[in-house]
Amino acid sequence: MDLNIFLIQFLNGIQYGLLLFLVASGLTLIFGIMGIINLAHGSFYMVGAYLAFAFTRATGNLGLAILLGLAAAVVLGLVLERALIRVLYQRDHLYQVLLTYGLILVFEELRSVLFGNDVHGVPIPQWLSYSIPLTDTLSYPVYRVAISGVCVALVAGMYYLINRTRLGMMIRAGASNREMVQSLGINIKLIYTAVFALGVALAAFAGMIAAPIASVFPGMGNQILIISFVVVVIGGIGSITGTLLSALLIGLADTFGQVLLPELAGMTVYLVMALMLLWRPQGMFRKSA
Amino acid sequence: MPASRALTIALFVGLVALALFPLFGDKYYIQLLTKIMIMAIFAMSLDLLVGYTGLVSLGHAAFFGLAGYVLAMMAPQDAAASLWITLPAALGGAALAALIIGFLVLRTSGIYFIMVTLAFAQMLFFFIHDSKYFGGSDGAYVYFRPTAALTGVQLFDLENFNHFYYVVLALMAGVYVLLQVILRSPFGAVIVGIRTNEHRMRSLGYPTFRYKLVCFVIGGTVAGLAGYFNAAQFGFVNPELLSWHQSGIALMMVLLGGMGTLFGPVLGAFAMILLEQLFQGLTEHWLLVMGGFIIAVVLFLPHGLYGLAAQLGRKREAEND
Amino acid sequence: MTADNKPSGSRRDFLKTAAATAGLAAAGTFVPARFAIGQQAKVKVGLMLPYTGTFAQLGDAITNAFKLYVAEKGGKLGGRELEYYVVDDESNPAKATDNVNRLITRDKVDVVVGTVHSGVLLGMVKVARETGALLICPNAGADEATGPLCAPNIFRTSFTNWQPAHPMGKVFYEKGYKTAVTITWKYAAGEQMVNSFKEGYTKLGGKILKELYLPFPQVEFQALLTEIASLKPDCVFSFFAGGGAVKFVKDYAAAGLKDKIPLGGPGFLTDGTLEAQGAAAQGLLTTLHYGDGIETEINKRFQFNYAKTYRSRPDVYAVQGYDAAQLLALGLEAVKGDIGARKNVIKAMEGAKIVSPRGTWTMSKAHNPIQDIYLRRVEGVENKVIGVAWKALADPARGCKMT
Repeated sequence: MDLNIFLIQFLNGIQYGLLLFLVASGLTLIFGIMGIINLAHGSFYMVGAYLAFAFTRATGNLGLAILLGLAAAVVLGLVLERALIRVLYQRDHLYQVLLTYGLILVFEELRSVLFGNDVHGVPIPQWLSYSIPLTDTLSYPVYRVAISGVCVALVAGMYYLINRTRLGMMIRAGASNREMVQSLGINIKLIYTAVFALGVALAAFAGMIAAPIASVFPGMGNQILIISFVVVVIGGIGSITGTLLSALLIGLADTFGQVLLPELAGMTVYLVMALMLLWRPQGMFRKSA
Repeated sequence: MPASRALTIALFVGLVALALFPLFGDKYYIQLLTKIMIMAIFAMSLDLLVGYTGLVSLGHAAFFGLAGYVLAMMAPQDAAASLWITLPAALGGAALAALIIGFLVLRTSGIYFIMVTLAFAQMLFFFIHDSKYFGGSDGAYVYFRPTAALTGVQLFDLENFNHFYYVVLALMAGVYVLLQVILRSPFGAVIVGIRTNEHRMRSLGYPTFRYKLVCFVIGGTVAGLAGYFNAAQFGFVNPELLSWHQSGIALMMVLLGGMGTLFGPVLGAFAMILLEQLFQGLTEHWLLVMGGFIIAVVLFLPHGLYGLAAQLGRKREAEND
Repeated sequence: MTADNKPSGSRRDFLKTAAATAGLAAAGTFVPARFAIGQQAKVKVGLMLPYTGTFAQLGDAITNAFKLYVAEKGGKLGGRELEYYVVDDESNPAKATDNVNRLITRDKVDVVVGTVHSGVLLGMVKVARETGALLICPNAGADEATGPLCAPNIFRTSFTNWQPAHPMGKVFYEKGYKTAVTITWKYAAGEQMVNSFKEGYTKLGGKILKELYLPFPQVEFQALLTEIASLKPDCVFSFFAGGGAVKFVKDYAAAGLKDKIPLGGPGFLTDGTLEAQGAAAQGLLTTLHYGDGIETEINKRFQFNYAKTYRSRPDVYAVQGYDAAQLLALGLEAVKGDIGARKNVIKAMEGAKIVSPRGTWTMSKAHNPIQDIYLRRVEGVENKVIGVAWKALADPARGCKMT
């Protein structure tokens, strides 16, 4: 591998990692702050992609579709939290696993009823539909660069939200001591509702901006779920910084795994995870509980 | 009537009904019940972890599938493999895998534990899926059911579906009794203690990690027993047997029946598989119904069918008094 | 295995559908549901196909077309009406043997039609070989089913993975492309197709620079696309299907490779997903046993009737389902509907010459179609047939003892 190609592969890994961060960030928020394990996270990714598809078809504008889709995702998150998730706060994780497993089935079949089982494409907006030449044979699509830009902006935004705002402070407090926060007169229920809706919106957003390159198709949510889990486990639950670093690590491991260890490509990310567990069982950035 | 006696009677009646079934049942239903009982063994093994030790594993199917693969790899194409060689090998394989994986995953707890068991099962899934040696994504066949012949004497013939049924029934009852014995021993008391308060057990001087590991290995081995007979019954193993969906279904069986009861998971296995067939007949979009059902059980039946029955029993008792 | 079963001439389920039986039986009422009712019984057809999950679309297309042919024949094959027993196999191989057992042992169907997923098919083949049940596969291409695992009672109306991939080697080589890179998912179908392409291509003198595999069913192609760009082959052979195919074709174009290194593969790369692939797919060459613009009488009639009945365009999967019904009809006609006369049913099906929407094909000794493989080019939302890549191509059926 010459230096040029190595650098391009490095870029691929980073880019994939940022996309993984986008999906995993919502998951780690819901895990870390609410203590809820959410298997349906991949389904929210799928919901986002299909919302982008439906609204783009209706409005002809991806930007507008994303705005509408975000609103719909937030509403979905609010409704789900109120109707189902709220019941689970005091229950064992087992119930969370099974309820969200049930949600996977429901969302997948609803998708089948509403949209059928075809593969659909979502067009890339004209002004982003170009590629930058890198070598004599290879170009890099501008849209991918744009996605990376959005991800970086989102990292900054989330960091600011959690660490610098009043809401963030309440969220952090709520995560570490529920009763204390409540006794201070802060409405923890409202915060949990907001966090869950935010988590759903983040997953859906990832699905939406990925839709033009990934297309929308049955089962797309399941593919992203497990890899998001791995990212969250390595990063340390609830840590935005950890999730970012872990996502980049997995992005690079997967990219170079495919090129350098093709025989083990399917297992590379899990091997990385196993090694991390041996080294730090609580993830890179988890404060010891 | 005290609850424990009611349970004993229910168990006995159930066992007798199952023992008599092949005398009346059609071949298909005998095979269906065999499959259900195999899944019941699998669910009981998971209940040991989930219901008693407080370890919610989402990767339990790894041991189930692995044991099946051990049989498939050892069975020749043109003859039956010996049960007495392949079964210990399959159980040993599952136990070893559970020991190694358990050693790693038990360093974590709570949500972490769930995700990490899932990820390790996924790793094994890809290990088998991507390997030509194991038959890859196409799976592998067990051409003949293992033979139970030993020094010329053959107690039972697994190729006979009635024999197979009774062997599995005996195993299910045996596993139930074995796990009951384990749980009522001092070891079992420590396990339940760990579930309630691990810190306390540790400060009392119990090496809780080792206890949990032993439990994890027992669970994995029993899951392997179920997986071995699943492979023997259907003669076909596939990476899908190790998938987390398979683990999810088993968890559902445990919860639906009533976790922490051993009897519950058996009930859950029966209910789950029969309901699946029922829903499939209702609509093409039966998974929607199944999903809704799972959600409803979680919300309204947290203690499962067993809990429901106990509740009804108490109500009745109160009325009678 | 070919021993004649008792003709089920005067038997009939009094319960109308498998659905009702499944429900009742499952609930514990094990009704002995066999009664003799005067008139001749229906032929019981078990449809074991995916109706949920990723392949649901294919399961529906096959079912629709199968029923379309039966309807065209006035609802009867060989003078007998059909009764369907339907099982959703979910494309889950873990349940395959159990599901097919349900049709064979419980519902006692006369013939099983299925399925789409290769892993599930192999589970069905296992049971079919043990029970001798008649099995017609309308899609899954696992080479083994009509190779080492072939049996007198197992037929296929679709293809082997070997078939549509093989001619691409010739097509590429004759265009003057001397080096190739292959890329597919790391699973059985992908590996079989790549091996088949490699066989044809290297025999002519072509050279494979590298075989690239992506873990199934991942769709992040960027790393391997970069590798293709650095290897600079004359052409790329690839097999993906469904959502993966769409993403691959689009990513390939977005990486600027499309105009520099020609991409081709078996037709599954572009079939049924061209609307989603859009401009990225234009001009791609693929090989398959069906395509758009086959101007035969039967194809026109088939397309018209299918569109009229189901309000959608029939695809290659529909054709395969249609032919599964044709094949069964042939077998039943030979015995005047007495499906119990199995030897003769099988004999008739073995000698089948099917006038299909795809073109006329015959049955090989291993029970797989000997058929023309077309070369197609993507134009708009059509896979336009531009020629025959390989006339009457038969699968080598390696390991099959019946050849």
